[in-house]
Amino acid sequence: MRSPTQLAAELRLPTNWLDYTILGIYFAVVLGIGFAARSSVKTSLDFFLSGRSLPAWVTGLAFIAANLGATEILGMAANSAQYGVYTTHWYWIGAIPAMVFLGLVMMPFYYGSKVRSVPEFLLLRFDKGAHLLSAILFAFAAILIAGVNLYALAIVVEALLGWPEWVAIVVAGFFVLAYITLGGLSSAIYNEVLQFFVILAALIPLSVLGLKKVGGWDGLSDSLTESRGADFMTSWGGTGIGSDNPLGANWLTIVLGLGFVLSFGYWTTNFAEVQRALSAKNLSAAQRTPLIAAFPKIFIVFLVMIPGLVAAVLVPRIGTSGSDLQYNDAIPYLMEQLLPNGVLGVAVTGLLAAFMAGMAANVSSFNTVFTTDIWAKYVVRGREDEYYVRFGRLITAIGVLASIGTAFLARSFSNIMAYLQTLFSFFNVPMFVVFVIGMFWKRASMKSGFWGLLAGTTAAMVNYFVLYKQDVVGIPSDQGANFVSAIAGFVAGAVVMVAVSLFTAPKPSEELQGLVYGTTSPGMAEPPAPGDEAWYRRPALLGWGAVVLAAACYIPFSF
Amino acid sequence: MSEFYSDKDVQREVTELQGKSATAARLFDIRRIIGWLFVVYGVIVTIAGFTASDADIDKAEGVNINLWTGLGMLALGLFFLVWLKLRPVAPPPPDVVAGDEPRE
Repeated sequence: MRSPTQLAAELRLPTNWLDYTILGIYFAVVLGIGFAARSSVKTSLDFFLSGRSLPAWVTGLAFIAANLGATEILGMAANSAQYGVYTTHWYWIGAIPAMVFLGLVMMPFYYGSKVRSVPEFLLLRFDKGAHLLSAILFAFAAILIAGVNLYALAIVVEALLGWPEWVAIVVAGFFVLAYITLGGLSSAIYNEVLQFFVILAALIPLSVLGLKKVGGWDGLSDSLTESRGADFMTSWGGTGIGSDNPLGANWLTIVLGLGFVLSFGYWTTNFAEVQRALSAKNLSAAQRTPLIAAFPKIFIVFLVMIPGLVAAVLVPRIGTSGSDLQYNDAIPYLMEQLLPNGVLGVAVTGLLAAFMAGMAANVSSFNTVFTTDIWAKYVVRGREDEYYVRFGRLITAIGVLASIGTAFLARSFSNIMAYLQTLFSFFNVPMFVVFVIGMFWKRASMKSGFWGLLAGTTAAMVNYFVLYKQDVVGIPSDQGANFVSAIAGFVAGAVVMVAVSLFTAPKPSEELQGLVYGTTSPGMAEPPAPGDEAWYRRPALLGWGAVVLAAACYIPFSF
Repeated sequence: MSEFYSDKDVQREVTELQGKSATAARLFDIRRIIGWLFVVYGVIVTIAGFTASDADIDKAEGVNINLWTGLGMLALGLFFLVWLKLRPVAPPPPDVVAGDEPRE
């Protein structure tokens, strides 16, 4: 996920009144959803978790849409133009197994324990130290990434539509602020579902026309095999240990770093994602949330990879000093080349919607963690529920203003997004190790959560800033370094947790009911809703089906 | 708050809030919004397809992409409206929070 830091100036799209009509309708609907959802907010649970009442297909599509921000779309197309079919790893091994694990293994503990956030789970399982540290780290990261989304939006809008950066930042910030303040999580989720379909309506025509332009898949494949080598069109070619490939990673770092540590960290403990599942109406729907999301995720890779590969054919020097186009320009370039007015407006709308949803997912998870985990537990405790709804609205406004601030801050860094991607491995990976050990090992003590989190974060940072940046060890690329940092953070967190647990007191076992694998909490079991016993709603079938399908997708790209 | 903030505290608090929650009863159905938005988009883009100039079609590799995308969006919109019509959300039964009532 690389930054659209500079889009070539000649990418200005030939938009007309038709395209702006389509965009205008979208903005009106976004606000309309906010106003219409307003009357459903009565309690803080409505505002922060949609009253735990949404159906699985809604939370599932929101789950995938919260991930399908524009930085992901532009970034993965860029990845494909640069590294080729290796991009599939971010989807088939780097997402599906973790999403299935979240649905099948972790969700009964998350949803069943009735926690409202990921840090709240750590409070129950460990102690206040782990809780406060994880809440603060998360709130901090959420505002940073919301700002980066906003800034990336501003750059893209400036290049494509010619709006000044500050106008784009203020307009997008205002819309996100308005609809989350009005309708809370419900309106964030509803807008994400809408955005999911608009993005598909933008990317499908673009991929189809792109393929047609380069002579279909065969033409694409032949031309890139000739110019970039045979490995460019395979997933695993050249990833043997010790062999050289553009990604700078071998199969072991791909499987362990990306497939296990980074991906499990992101998908299972990043609250911006997990929050969508926690808002589902019952345990079965919560389990199915990431599983329903897994199926589109398997195929979305083609919609971002094909435009990237087509751009690599059409502009052979893309991303090098011989071309004005950066890797990030792949999708905007094809939009400009191929889409007539009308579909062009849909594509612009889709990109803007994706930027706003990426930001909104972070803002809506930030306001929840800040209100329920920091404010209501450590600052102003025990007030009436209406107070926390009001505070949630206020902190949403503050969060959006802060992200406008971080957006302007982001402007002063040249390659902020590559760094932020790395920062996420700092925040998500240690959280994941603490989680998974806490969930599977009863003996992990109360204090071990805090120290594991701290050690993991520090180790990942040391690996990145000292070992990689100072060239103490040779890792060929940023992405390769991210994989190694992730593994380092995981191992350090795990070792420290085990060590601390051996010397400190365990949590009394009656406090662990329903929080550790193999235990159940008395209040946790709930009867299945009518219709949930249908075979196509069985989590195990959906989950294993997704894993098998993702593995099967690798076959045509492995030889 | 005791030394441990116990899961029973969270469960009690969340169960209480869930009992008072208004989302299930008052939140509108998103299928209606997706349906109408895509019908409107579908009509607009399809019309753009019918009136497409040669330049538009040449640009899109000889495909009338507005027409096809428009029809696709229209079909998606209609799908959601039909789904909504065939399977409206059942009104929540009066004892919707029955599971949360005292068990004894």
